[in-house]
Amino acid sequence: MSAVSWTTLWSRPKENHLCQTCIDKLPFIKGDTCSKCSRPFSIQDPQFRKADLCTDCLRWNQNPGWSGMFEKNISIFMYDDFMKETIARYKFRGDYIFAKAFSPFIREKLKTVEFDYLVPIPLSPQRLYERGFNQSAALIYEAGFTVMELLQRIHSEKQSKKSRFDRIHLNQVFEPLNLNIENRKIILIDDIYTTGSTLYHAAKVLKEGGAASVSSVTLARG
Amino acid sequence: MRFTPNMTPYLNGFPPESLQISSIDTIPEPPLNENYPFNKELQQVLYGKQILLENLLNPLNEIHQHFENGYISYRKGITKTKVKTVCARCGNKERSLFASFPCARCGEKECTYCRKCIMMGRVSECTPLFSWCGPEPVHERKEHPLVWAGTLSPGQQVASDQVKQAVIENKELLVWAVCGAGKTEVLFEGINAALAFGKRVCIATPRTDVVLELGPRLKAVFPGIQVAVLYGGSEDRHTQAPLTIATTHQLLRFYKAFDTVILDEVDAFPYTADESLQYAVRQSRKETSSMIYLTATPSQNWQNECHSGKRNFVTIPARYHRHPLPVPSFKWCGNWENSLKKDKLPSAVSQWIKKRLDNQKQCLLFFPKIDKMEKVLTILRKTYPKIQAVHAEDPDRKDKVQMMRNKEIPMLLTTTILERGVTFPNIDVAVLGAEDRIFTESALVQIAGRVGRSAQFPSGDITFFHYGKTGSMVKAQKQIIKMNTEAKKKGLIDY
Ligand SMILES: [Zn+2]
Ligand SMILES: [Zn+2]
Ligand SMILES: [Zn+2]
Repeated sequence: MSAVSWTTLWSRPKENHLCQTCIDKLPFIKGDTCSKCSRPFSIQDPQFRKADLCTDCLRWNQNPGWSGMFEKNISIFMYDDFMKETIARYKFRGDYIFAKAFSPFIREKLKTVEFDYLVPIPLSPQRLYERGFNQSAALIYEAGFTVMELLQRIHSEKQSKKSRFDRIHLNQVFEPLNLNIENRKIILIDDIYTTGSTLYHAAKVLKEGGAASVSSVTLARG
Repeated sequence: MRFTPNMTPYLNGFPPESLQISSIDTIPEPPLNENYPFNKELQQVLYGKQILLENLLNPLNEIHQHFENGYISYRKGITKTKVKTVCARCGNKERSLFASFPCARCGEKECTYCRKCIMMGRVSECTPLFSWCGPEPVHERKEHPLVWAGTLSPGQQVASDQVKQAVIENKELLVWAVCGAGKTEVLFEGINAALAFGKRVCIATPRTDVVLELGPRLKAVFPGIQVAVLYGGSEDRHTQAPLTIATTHQLLRFYKAFDTVILDEVDAFPYTADESLQYAVRQSRKETSSMIYLTATPSQNWQNECHSGKRNFVTIPARYHRHPLPVPSFKWCGNWENSLKKDKLPSAVSQWIKKRLDNQKQCLLFFPKIDKMEKVLTILRKTYPKIQAVHAEDPDRKDKVQMMRNKEIPMLLTTTILERGVTFPNIDVAVLGAEDRIFTESALVQIAGRVGRSAQFPSGDITFFHYGKTGSMVKAQKQIIKMNTEAKKKGLIDY
């Protein structure tokens, strides 16, 4: 018998959770993008572009309630059919292995930005139990970083006690966990950036709690 | 979820002595308390099934009371020993198809889950599978539910009697019926007997199109019986019907559900390739149950078992229309791939095609590979622009088959995708490259079985063009000749 032990024989090489066929299908965002939200301009009608911003970001910026709350979002992939299917399998079917598969890409991206804390978008306790894991926190954890829980979802009962106006216009979904974040640079991690609404709401709570800046890194730009 | 040693389940706030269900040595099976007022809806939902907690609407304490009173069983979703991990729902044992994660449901850092059946909801080490182990729901029994005015051929009658007997005596039986024998009718009497005894029957098949075809046919002959038709994307998936028609894949939802399982096309993909489907069929049977296998082309292994007396079987060697099966002829056509490189078809093949098209006889030509088929399509279209080609991933597959049926096209080129199921009334068939290993004995018998299906056109030509005869070709030809001889001996053919 050779010197190769059974443990080395059976343990699979780390990291390599994606086969070449899948890696080839990954739709990396390339070329010109909105400088604030990573939306690729190449697949966008030019009428939605104003200088280096997309019209969505422009609208967020022009709103006095929101401007200055959120630095920028960096997405890694476009949200094409392949990513839609992959993220659905990851998040809704609960196939956790994709957190491991995506971890090298998240880690690479995080090398390019400065931060003090990596914060996941929280799930309600029921949702967390249903899924068995928080898909944002798993991305941070599998990339080898500390998960900093700074937010929680506001109970839906509390939500429903508010007036209809408040629910629509303030629509607070998160509240801070009482931790000191004074002057900290925070990066929110999530699976998709779609309208930006979730991330803007989370950012606002953190900014009002004293954070120096809030940005986000997301797997896909929807 | 975790359980304390006395099996009290906790969804959160786990006591320190609690465990994942996979870590419990033996799960107790409390005796049935006959005085317990059990919930009939739970019985309906759980009987013969294996279900996850998230798919039950009832509160956990109600479910657990049924467990304590012997009405519901808990099984480990994942069983783990030092040497292997197994998924109890789909039978997966493949190391690479398990993964683990820090689990919010049980609080363990490494909760192992099955990736193979994850589309039906994740089964992990902390996931119990819930089943009903109390009394069977009572359902209405009909004395003679079969309403069918047709008659069986003598060959069918013999098989039908044996099916009926196997059903009554809870035995296994293989019905080896040639392509075009009319095997569905052979099941009617057996199903009728099973239903009259109050048995639950399932007809399973690997292929969705077979489910879709059988559903209406069986509903028509068993009009007073509720028939559940299950396939990926179908709606009625939780009904407790006396008669179920399902893809083998759907059987993963069932557990000890059926008294009779009839498995059509045992030799078809993906059943033969996917062990979890074979596992699903086993799991869906009650401990005492009958099992009927149907095929035109049993594997070599099964054929050997039949001939050595190890497998109980019955043959239907002749077609319903009492004409013999067309026997394939072999034609050597040289290195045909080389000819194609020179934009030419071997002359034997082009002559065969020309003869058919000149006489306006429709034909099918089978290929081992898509690229070779596309090449031939280009060559043939120069002379015959209306010819079409189909393969498994072709989005227009159904339309092209329909065009062939409507006689809008003179000839269809195809991969093995049309080897079974499809029937055109009056066609000749050839295989180009019959020596390829994709053309197994059973694939070739199935392909030959496309010819002469209708009573109006009971014969036709079947030719295997090859560059070197193979064992599969010879065995296929022998099998067909043997069936014809047997049929003649038994007086099942007239011509
Ligand atoms: Zn933007
Ligand atoms: Zn768990
Ligand atoms: Zn499984």
